[in-house]
Amino acid sequence: MRHTTLTSRFTTRLVATLAAILLFTPNLVTAQDSTGLPITSEIAQSAPVVVRPAPPTNVRAADKPDDHGHTIIVSWDLSADDGQGNKNVLTYRVLRTPKMSGPIHPDSTGGDAAYQIFSSLPYGNAAWKFVEGEWDTLGEVPIGSTSYVNEGGKDRDQNGFLPDRVPFRYKVLSATIEGGLGESETSAPAEASGQFLHHGKLLHIGIPVLVFMLLVFGFLRAAKMGRELYIRPLAGISAVDEAIGRATEMNRPILYVLGLGAVDEIATIASLTILSRVAKRVAEHRTELLVPCYDAVVMTVAQETVKQAYLDAGRPDEYKEDIVYFVTQEQFAYVAAVNGTMLRRQTATNFYLGVFFAESLILAETGSVAGSIQISGTDRTTQIPFFVVACDYTLIGEEVFAASAYLSREPKLLGTLKAQDYAKAVLLLVLLGGCIGAVFAPELITSIFSMNF
Amino acid sequence: MKRQLPLLLIFAFGAFMVVQYFIPHEASEFFYEFVALDWPPIVGVFALSLGTISLVRVSIGKIQRREPNWGYTIVTLAGLVSILIAGLPWFGGKQSTMVEWEFNNVMLPVTASMFAILAFFIASAAYRAFRARSALATLLLVSAVIVMMRFFPLGPLTETTGAIADWILNVPNLAAKRAILIGVGLGIVSTALKIILGVERSYLGRD
Repeated sequence: MRHTTLTSRFTTRLVATLAAILLFTPNLVTAQDSTGLPITSEIAQSAPVVVRPAPPTNVRAADKPDDHGHTIIVSWDLSADDGQGNKNVLTYRVLRTPKMSGPIHPDSTGGDAAYQIFSSLPYGNAAWKFVEGEWDTLGEVPIGSTSYVNEGGKDRDQNGFLPDRVPFRYKVLSATIEGGLGESETSAPAEASGQFLHHGKLLHIGIPVLVFMLLVFGFLRAAKMGRELYIRPLAGISAVDEAIGRATEMNRPILYVLGLGAVDEIATIASLTILSRVAKRVAEHRTELLVPCYDAVVMTVAQETVKQAYLDAGRPDEYKEDIVYFVTQEQFAYVAAVNGTMLRRQTATNFYLGVFFAESLILAETGSVAGSIQISGTDRTTQIPFFVVACDYTLIGEEVFAASAYLSREPKLLGTLKAQDYAKAVLLLVLLGGCIGAVFAPELITSIFSMNF
Repeated sequence: MKRQLPLLLIFAFGAFMVVQYFIPHEASEFFYEFVALDWPPIVGVFALSLGTISLVRVSIGKIQRREPNWGYTIVTLAGLVSILIAGLPWFGGKQSTMVEWEFNNVMLPVTASMFAILAFFIASAAYRAFRARSALATLLLVSAVIVMMRFFPLGPLTETTGAIADWILNVPNLAAKRAILIGVGLGIVSTALKIILGVERSYLGRD
């Protein structure tokens, strides 16, 4: 009987407690949610929120300058609770309206006026729906951030597309670890658009290149007027005639390796211009020339270059299609083939000019073992030491680009070398000024030379 | 005309690429992607067929003339033909098991062996470079030894050698590399200008 009474009391208390919880819980939440800010649907869903942080203020949106479009930069002032006040802000959440949904095929809109069609020949053709007043959540940035880059894609028929010339408004929510959200005012509308001039590139690259071009034109003019231009001699270039002469005397072939670069590499183009000069002299000496190629496009250009050089030398009959030939586009298979050629044919002279990678030392050491005179040159700083060690003469960096002018001794080409020398002098002065400026006014120097692109 | 047309094309495309760099607009990007990214693979495919023809012609010529070690040429042609057959659609195309087998069991070991030779060549080249025959060569030798010692556990000296090696790499070595890079940059601009403006036309012949 006593047991039944105790059970009955316990049950009564339990029911009363549960009823109290059910009755008072909504009131507790409502009472604590009292900052007076409008409650978005997102905030309403975050029911357990106990404290809402102060919202970020002064939200601005603007097109990103100097870009191809499709990007808007959102910025704001920090929440009063970010690092101060309640110190409870953890992240900032960025939202955008109108809400975009798509892409769908332009014909599938069903006449819905909310759809806009975006089409562009290379970047797709699609329809996107815009719903004003509904929000897309774009992303979150950590505490202390005052900006967000809304970078969209340019492909119309892919997710993430952000159209140009469509006004978007943004708002930013400050969020706490408990899920409390402080909602900012909505920004003024902003549109993304592409620009026709990159001011940063123009200032930092365009103007120096223009100055250099003026120097080049100046020296070209001076050369045309017959002014004598002194160019310091390069041992590697002076050795070219000696090396060709040696091959002629020994009656052995000359090997010319254009490197592994494609034809769009300037070092490869420079190598082709040197090949032209070398081939002309080889034709005059009636020596055998071998040009194994790694790239098929380079091979076709080299064939034309050598053919023309033989023609210029007055020996078109000496030219054979087999002089310039394709080997393979596999790096070490190419090395194996060239090494085999060196050892089998006992080449008297080897030229390695162009773009080289890990194969540089394997080629140069094999040539050294074969007892060939070797002249090398590359613009790759990592490969220069290997060539210096294993070759008789090495053209370092810019000397590769200057070699053609040296070999031709043409005043016009020598003029451009002189312009390079003066440009280097200007750069040295700029470097010196930068060093002094970095000591006395580091912020000024940083702002002048910072390139944010 | 045979020389003027190429020069005109070089000038037009070269000048376009220079101007395009300073125009970030979508239209400019489109032309860049069309000209600089879409055309080269198309040209490359045709050039590759020319390259293959060149390889076959040179190889057959070597066999016909019985040049020294002409037997290797047969191996080259056999490799070319076998990979072509293995890549035919009837055998599964370029994803076929035969292509994969040939690549994994022939190509990879052979190229790896070729690359491995580099280790021995580095040793022989280093021996030649580090012979202290002059003051500069001695300086090179001492620097190289210090930099190499960075990787040895030398007890209390490890920290000191590490600091000296870092200084060598980050101060004189980096300064020299940057000087070369500045020269290369100017050389690239200069060569590009010479070619765009038609000042350097030796690759077309008759300069």
